[in-house]
This record gives sequence, structure tokens and C-alpha cells, in this order.
Amino acid sequence: MTVLRRMGSGHEVTRHVLENGLVVLLKEVHSAPLISFWVFYRVGSRNEQTGQTGVSHWVEHMMFKGTPRYPAGVLDREIDRNGGIWNAQTSFDYTAYYETLPADRIDLAIEAEADRMVNALFDPEETESERTVIISERQGSENSPMFWLNEEVQGMAFRVHPYHHTIIGDMADLETMTRDDLYHHYRRYYAPNNAIVVVVGAFASAEMLEKVKAVYGGIHPGDAPPPVVRKEPPQMGERRVNVERPGSTAFIEVMYRAPAVSNPDWFAFAALDSILGGPSGPGGGNIDNKTSRLYRGVVETGIAASASGHLYMTSDPFGYTITLAVNDDRTLEEAEAALDAVLDGLKTNPITQKELDKAKKQAKAAFAYATEGVTGQAYWLGYAEMLDSYTLFTDFVSRLEAVTLEQVQQVAEQYLRPSQRTLGRFIPQMENEAHA
Amino acid sequence: MPNSIPGSDDIARHVLPNGIVVLVRENFDAQSVVVTGSLAGGAIFENPVQAGIASLTAEATLYGTQNRSYDSLHETLESAGMSLEVSAGRYLTSFDGKALAEDLPILLDLMGDVLRNPVFPAEHVNVIKAQAITGLKYNLQNTRYMANRAFYELTYPVDHIQHRGSTGTLETLSGLTREDLAAYHEQQYGPGAMILAVVGAVKTEIVLAEVEKTLGEWKNDRQNTDFSQPDVQKLNEIQYRAVTLPGKTQSDIVLGVPGPSRYMEDYVPASVTNHVLGVFGMFGRLGKSVREEQGLAYYCYSSIEGGIHQGPWRVIAGVNPNNVKQAVDSIRVEIERMINEPISSEDLADSKANLTGRLPLRLESNEGVAANLLALERYHLGLDYLRQYNDMINALTVEQLQAAMQHYWTADAFSLAVAGPELNGAAY
Repeated sequence: MTVLRRMGSGHEVTRHVLENGLVVLLKEVHSAPLISFWVFYRVGSRNEQTGQTGVSHWVEHMMFKGTPRYPAGVLDREIDRNGGIWNAQTSFDYTAYYETLPADRIDLAIEAEADRMVNALFDPEETESERTVIISERQGSENSPMFWLNEEVQGMAFRVHPYHHTIIGDMADLETMTRDDLYHHYRRYYAPNNAIVVVVGAFASAEMLEKVKAVYGGIHPGDAPPPVVRKEPPQMGERRVNVERPGSTAFIEVMYRAPAVSNPDWFAFAALDSILGGPSGPGGGNIDNKTSRLYRGVVETGIAASASGHLYMTSDPFGYTITLAVNDDRTLEEAEAALDAVLDGLKTNPITQKELDKAKKQAKAAFAYATEGVTGQAYWLGYAEMLDSYTLFTDFVSRLEAVTLEQVQQVAEQYLRPSQRTLGRFIPQMENEAHA
Repeated sequence: MPNSIPGSDDIARHVLPNGIVVLVRENFDAQSVVVTGSLAGGAIFENPVQAGIASLTAEATLYGTQNRSYDSLHETLESAGMSLEVSAGRYLTSFDGKALAEDLPILLDLMGDVLRNPVFPAEHVNVIKAQAITGLKYNLQNTRYMANRAFYELTYPVDHIQHRGSTGTLETLSGLTREDLAAYHEQQYGPGAMILAVVGAVKTEIVLAEVEKTLGEWKNDRQNTDFSQPDVQKLNEIQYRAVTLPGKTQSDIVLGVPGPSRYMEDYVPASVTNHVLGVFGMFGRLGKSVREEQGLAYYCYSSIEGGIHQGPWRVIAGVNPNNVKQAVDSIRVEIERMINEPISSEDLADSKANLTGRLPLRLESNEGVAANLLALERYHLGLDYLRQYNDMINALTVEQLQAAMQHYWTADAFSLAVAGPELNGAAY
């Protein structure tokens, strides 16, 4: 089965499904002699049970700990020796691995990813060594006030759905999970029928497809992974949480319930996000937000040092967050009032066509920036396909351009209600100076 | 496919009458254009009692000019999906912009305007100052920031800009006024030591015409372009400082020495040596020992900065406070190995293969090319440096690498800074 789709600079994206269920997305880009090769697995913190939070991320680490064919450390050397980069990431809804290499070396990535799809060792000693690395990763995050605040807000916003816990997982689980817990998670979710291969770069599509088929076509599909059934019930009123720890800066994080990316409201919400806090879609980080409503309302007024919004792209309904760092001489109460004034302003000072047009132009520019490198393009194609369809990415600009003022206003009214939010405050506990 | 490595046949180098060097490389595979550059305006030119003024002035240039209000400036930028930032480091004031290629003339016009004609409105300066103070207070609780700050203070003479840094102090930032910023701008912003690189889907002749129009007339006879600094001595003993930060769960370690400047002859062998020590694969030999074999840290790597003066050559690690001594001991073992034993030919071959093979990846983006063009000019490397790079790396010998290591490192003489929770025992 093959589907064609054009994107950006005129190259076609082709989608294929192998007999074992593996989805393959290919896009030729010949501007540099490079290829980026990604494998996405449909598993993330969304698929985790209490007692095993963080297991997807830990499995991701173990995938770098070797197979019989490529023992631990061998691929680190091989990828680097061949002038490439490789890495991985675990998210709410997916775990992804990639290599970007000079085009004539890409066979190494194709072989290595197929190998670790089925043959990762999960050596018990390596598992224990990695436990302390993972705990160190969490402790590194814990040094940031925003980590604690985010963990509390997310946990309070989602009581039932596994989006409740952070991707790194709870310390209690990181201390107690076993090698077999990890291995069972791996065997359950790592199979071609639960994966997507994305290849972007300097290759001929027909030839690349044959290569992928030859290496991956013989891998047996696994049993269908269990569905995520614990839906989050409706929220019935504002939730609030305080985090009190040593520090010097106060923060506010507000999470509103937001639709899944497959919901027709999502693109109108993306436009609203851009208008409120600056663009956060593909490539959006390149563009400043000084003309956004949040910046004008809480930063320009001297109340906060920074303000940003973020609409998540997720499989299930998740969140839209707004984060403020409160200025040293201002209070959390002032910051919260200023934030509410910005949000109330959506009713008294409705969004204008000019604001919406700006959001659309920003999306167009940001999308162009996001499609300039093979690694970024492959990431976005795979991420979008994992959530719904790769066309979420290829059609991102046109779908945003189709959004109307009425839709944005309707989304603001529907989702940004106080009853649908969880508001967290980081209250620094002491004005302490470091001492040497 | 065109040659993906820039060289003298596809980089246009043009010097304006006022000395600004403009470098342009066309790339019509992307829809965007990147404009990046720097001038002599960093913290090195500050009066120490006004520490932080270079950084604050750079930020404040974007808050309105003689020709554009703050609102107009940012509406123009953001309505077109453009970005423009001005920032100051220890030596240079840098400016970076990005736009769709069709908007290049607007971007260059805005960039020229904010660099030449900022008005520093008092109400905005007060807001920026409050942001800077809040940011600094946040950093004073940040283990990574505090470990690095202590490291710089231990490693460099008190009158060296590496010692002082560019962020300023709570005291100096609090005292700065809009008049101070305007005066600093008047003195220190100008074409002196200025380099501008433009890379993207634009024709060279159009770029040069626009830059000439925007910056060609700019002059500032008062601008200080003297980058000289006190000599940096090699350390002769271990210098240690622990910074205790309540409420933290992890300690950040910075261990290092003054490294080479980018102008020094052994910068390249030193950087390859560093690659073996703490970069290749999963953080080189350091990562293999501290992370992979002992599981002590999520990150443990080394970096070499180079730069206009001797930047640091340091190891950075984040570990549980109970493991600080074990991690420091392990880092020292690897450093001593590098000092005392020649790097194996296999390790050298690995790093050479990586550094040369990764060149196309480093140069894939317009930003990557632009950053390299600036370095070619700033450090007098020549327009064909990138094309000669592989031969230069491949010619390096084990002896050159060990000599570079021995030049900068001594087993029992380094700076060690640790920031985090209170330590129960010794750090080394």
C-alpha cells in the first residue's frame, strides 16, 4: 500500500505498510549528502501502569546497552566513526530512535535499528548500572523548581489517565522496578506492527524501500499491544496546588484541559496558542513572542520575567500550559491576577483578524524553518504519523490557514475556563544565598 | 548536488569602507535566510562597577529606535515570522536574525536600526532590568551555573574577564540606568571588529547592496576594540570550592584548567584530544568510565572553548552528592591517563573519522554554515579552511595530541568546583 503526499519544497512523502504491519515513510531531500533514519514505537508514559512509571524511558536507555550482534558501546563507536549522530527520546505517546549519517553510511542505521527491535539484551548488570544513571537524570531535573511544579500540576490535572505521571517516572518506581519489568515492556511494545520507520534524505525512494523491506520485512509481528483504557473523567472545577521548596524565584504553571491532536478543534487551539503566547508548533521556537497577549499582559507590565504557552500534540486529550516566572519584586497574587486579566481579555477584547493573520504567517515561516534539516523533517513526520497521520505535519500550514476567527474564539471560550484548569504555584521558601 | 562544504569559490567576502567584513553564501535549497554577526561590544569593555551593562544594553537595543517604536519593531518582526536577537558575551556583542528569504531586506533594515539607533525607553529598561535581576537570582540557585561561576573565579585572575563573566551582580545590575545604557551604546557600538555572515536563499549582490545601505555609513571613533587581557598562568595546585545550595538533590561538578585560545597553534590538537577524553561516542573515555561502567552520572563530558582568549578546558558532570568523590577520582584517572599515556592509534583514528565524517552534518543548516563563516573570519582561518579541514585533522599525530594535553594539564593542578547539597565528605 503506497500513498503519496507533497510537502514544502515539492518533494513527495510516500507511505508504505509492510506485510508485518511496519509503516514506512520516505522523503527524498537532496540538498546535503545526509540521511536521517528514525524508528518510532507506539509506546510512551501513556502506556505505563502505577508501579512501573518511567519504564518506557528506562527501556529507551537499555536499547543502547547492546545486542549479541552489537554489544554495549559498539554502536556508539560505529555511529561516531562514520560521522553520524544518534539518540533517542521518550514522550507521552511514543519512543523514538534515530541516526543521521552521511548518505553512503546509512545501512549501519538500518541494520542496527532492526537488530535492536528484537535482540536487545537487557543484561542484569547493565540494568542495575543504568538504574543509577536514570535516578541521576531525575535528580538533575529535580534541581529545577519547574520540574517539581510541573510534576505536581500534571499529577493533579490527570487523576485517572496515565498522563498523570511524568515521563521520567516516580522515584519509588525507579528504585524498585526489575530487569524483567523492563524486558516484558520491551517485548510487549517493540514489534514492527507497533512501529514506524521514517527515512528522509539523499536516497532514491524505490531503492530505500527495498532496503527497508529486506531488513525489516522478515521480523515477525507481535501481539497487538493492550489499549489504553483509563480515560480521564471530566474536570469539575478548578484545582490548585502549591509547591514549597527552597529557591528564589516564584513560578506559576497553569494547565488547561486541551483536545487530542486528532480533534478538529486542535488547529484552532494552535492559532490561539500562537496569539496568546507565541507559536509553539513545528519550528515555532525560532520566533519571539513579544507581541503576544501574554507577554504584553504580564511581562511588559513588569510582573513576570517570562511568560510562555504550550499546546501539546498528544494522542489523547491532554493540556495547554501557561508558565510564568514572577519578577523578584512582584507577588504570585499579582502574577495570577495579571494572567487572569489576559485570559478574561479574550472576552472583552476579542481576537482580531490581524492577530489571526499574524499567527498564520508565523506558522508558515516556522514551518519553513522546521523543514530545513533532514533530522527535523523526519522527526516531525514520524511524530505526526504516530499521533494520527503524517499529513498533520505536511498539511500543518494549510490546516492552520483554514482556521477562522469564530473557531478561535469558540475554542477560547470552550477550553480556557477556570473550571477546566489546574493552577500550580511554586512558592520559594527562603531568601537564601548560596554559601561556599 | 552542489559541494556542501563552503569554500573560497562560493563564499563572497566583502569589506565595507568602514571595515565591516561581510560574508555571504547562497543556499537555495532552503526557504529561509540567516543573518548573524558580532562586534566589539562584550563585557570586556565594561567598567567593572557596571558589570552586566553590555548584556543589558544588547537586550535593550530591541526596545525601540529613533525610527521605530517598540510596538512597531516587534509587530514587523513577528508578523513576518522573523526573529532578531542581540546579546553580549564576555568579548563580543552578537546579533542573530532569521527570516523567510523574501523578508531579508526588512530584517537587515531592522538589524541595522536596532544596532545603530536604539533609544532605551526608561519604562522598558526598568522591565528588562527586573528580568535580569530575577534571572540572576534564579541562577544563583542553579547548581550548574554556580559550579561554573566558582570554576571561572578559581581559574582566572581577578582582573580577567573570564573571572568576572558577563552577567553582572545583583548590586551592579540594580544601579544601571537608561542613561548608562545609552552611554555604553554610544561608546561601544560601531563597526569595530564587526563581522556579518548571511546564508540562505538570497543573491549575493542583493545582500551586499542591502548591507551597504544599512551599515555602510556607520562610524564610531570612540569604540574600543582592544581585546587584550592579563596573562593567564597555568595552575600549580588544586583549587577547590564547594557551593552549598539547600533543597537540591544533585551535585554539579566542574573540573578544569585554562585551555587554548582559538588563535593558538595547538588549539586543533587540543580539541581532538578533548574529543577522545570526553566527547567521542557516549562522552568519550569519561563517559565510558563514569556513566557506562560505574553508573554514577547521567552526564559526564568535557569541552574546550577556544575563543579570543584562553577559554576553559573543563569536565562537567552531574552526580548524586554521595558519589562526588568517586566521580572526581574517576575523572582524574582519565585525565592522568591522557597526560601520561599516548592515545592509542585506534582512539585517534576513531576521533579523526568522527570529526571529518561529521562535517557535512555540521554544515547542513544555514545557521551551521553562518557560524562557521564567522569563525573563519574571526580567527583568520581562511575561506578554504573547511575544505582543508579533513586533511588537517588526518595529519595529526599521537605525539601532537599528548603534547597538547601536557601543555595544558598537570595531574595535581586544576580547579574543582562543586555546587549542590551539602557534601558529607571530601570531594577529592
